[in-house]
Parts: sequence; structure tokens; C-alpha cells
Amino acid sequence: MSDTVKIGPISAEAPLGPPPGPPPVPDFSIVPRVGVVVAGAIIVLLIVSIAGNWLWALDFFHVAGGGLWTGIDLFVGLAIGPIIGRMSVPARIEFSTRFMPKMLVIMPTLVIVTLAAGYQLARHLGFLAPNSPNHGLLVASYIVVGVMAVIALGILEPANLAVLFELKKERPNGERIGKLMRIFILTAGITGVMQVATLVIMTRLATS
Amino acid sequence: MTAAMENADVTDERTLPPIGELGIAALILVVAAGIYLTAQTNRHPNLVPAVIALTLAGVVVAVAVVMLARIGKFAWGKFRMVFGWALLEYAVIAGMLVYVFVLDHIPSATLAVLIAALVLFAVDIPMMFGFAVARYQPVSP
Repeated sequence: MSDTVKIGPISAEAPLGPPPGPPPVPDFSIVPRVGVVVAGAIIVLLIVSIAGNWLWALDFFHVAGGGLWTGIDLFVGLAIGPIIGRMSVPARIEFSTRFMPKMLVIMPTLVIVTLAAGYQLARHLGFLAPNSPNHGLLVASYIVVGVMAVIALGILEPANLAVLFELKKERPNGERIGKLMRIFILTAGITGVMQVATLVIMTRLATS
Repeated sequence: MTAAMENADVTDERTLPPIGELGIAALILVVAAGIYLTAQTNRHPNLVPAVIALTLAGVVVAVAVVMLARIGKFAWGKFRMVFGWALLEYAVIAGMLVYVFVLDHIPSATLAVLIAALVLFAVDIPMMFGFAVARYQPVSP
């Protein structure tokens, strides 16, 4: 997944105006290999923590993973997204080729780490028991995460992948990239806002 | 070659079946069944609602697969590549969750339904990803 993207010919004798043809697309890898190795190492550590039922490690994975997941979702949806929307097309392409491959590895890793560690932590703390006073809050968090999962996996991630593969073409279709990026930014904004509900539920759980 | 020329070989979007929409419908059913079951961990839940939701999800995924297979001109090479890698990723995620459920001694009937949900999850998502990419790619055999 790391084909070289050819950039259209640029003449040194054309000082006036932008170069003809589509904007240049920097070479990029759709899935960063280093990121996959790091993600794999984190998953192995998570499995070891679950197998050993280490309370501190489970708490660390859940809090650190959940904090990053929530923070990144909020930041991308409410800060980065609108900025990308106002960028010029070449700047948007350059940003996307560097930003979106990383998101492709970071987000699924954070999601699985947070959910698996959180489930084990809830079990350890007795929140899974139906008679636990926190059981209702826990089920509410399942529902919020479930809705976010449908939006992220059914709309956001397919748009992310489609943009990356479009950018790998010799002549990317700018109109299509714009349409897909609007979907990506809109859904990132929706999941970002939904993360506020997660923050409310989790802080209530932690202090009840 | 212009963008219009390169994209001339892309599958005509008007003729494509609603694979993405069907995938989302199946995902909603799988997630609903998963929430219902995990909300009742530590007890023996009535499995009928979850089984009904998963059966419907299975039917929706099967319909999507049949519709997908009947597409004539399509970027099958790109579809297989994305589907394969995503299948590997989501199989790992589903495997991890099964491991957690087994470790927690979830009752066997509930575990079987959860595994069915995770299998559907691990097939449905790669199908959506593969379709989302391949629909905009030049047609291949």
C-alpha cells in the first residue's frame, strides 16, 4: 500500500499563476507500518494485563485510552475539522496524506484498548452486576459507544479509506475528495459531541 | 490523462446496490444485540431478542453479499485487498473480545450468541470498507 504517486509536470518557466493540472499529492503510505508495530505491542500489553487481571494496568489502559479517544474525537471534530474545511485544496490534500493514515491506526487501537480494559475493569469493580447502583450508567455508556461505533465504522472510516485511495490515484478527483472529506468532518463532529456524553457518564461512575 | 478520463473506468455509481446502507443496517442490529447481552452479564438473559436481531443481521449481510457478487464491472482487486486486511484487523479485535468473554466465564449459550455477533461484526465491517474504496476505483477483473 505504498505506491509512488506521480506528480504532474511542473515547468520552471511558468512563474505566473498556479501550475496547470491537479494539485500535487505527496508520496504516502495508507497504513503506516511503524504505527502497526506500536499498535501490536500495545495490544499484546493489553492482553497480558487482562490475563493477569492487573487492576492498575486495566485502569491505566482504560483511562489513558479513553482520555485519548475522547480528546482526539473532540479535537478533530470541533477544532481540526473546521480548519481543514477552510483550507485550500492543495493544503487539504497535503494535510490529509499525513494525518489520515495515522488516524487509521490510532483510532481502532484506542477503541479496542479502552473497551476491552473498561469491560474488565467494570467486572473487577462489580459494576457488571445487575444489582450494582452503577449498572444503569454502565448500560448508558454501552449505548453511547454503540451509536458512536455505528457512525465511526459505518460512515466515518469508509470515507477516510476512500479519500486515501483516491489520493493514491495518478489524478485524484478533487470534487470526490471534497465530498468525502465533508462526510468525514461531519461525522467526526457528531462523534466528538457524543463524547461529551461519555465524559459525563464516566465522571459520574468514577465519583459515585 | 485527465481526471475525467481516469475516472471513466470507475463503476457507474447509479448502478451500484446499497451495500453501504445494508452494512450499516446489519451493524446497528449487531451492536444492539451486543449491548443487550453485555448489559446482562452476570445473569442468564433471555437470548431470544439477541438471536432475532442477529438473524436479521445475518440475512441483511447475506443479501448484501449476493448483491455485491452480482455487480458486473467493479474494482474487485481493490475490494479484495481492503476486505482482506480489514478482515484480519477485525478478526484480531473480535478474537480479543472472545478471549475476554471466555476468561470471564460467560455462560456458554450467551457466549455462543456473542461469538455469532462478533463473526457478523468481523465480516460486515470489512465488506463496507472494501465497497467504499472499490466503488471509486478503476474497474478490474
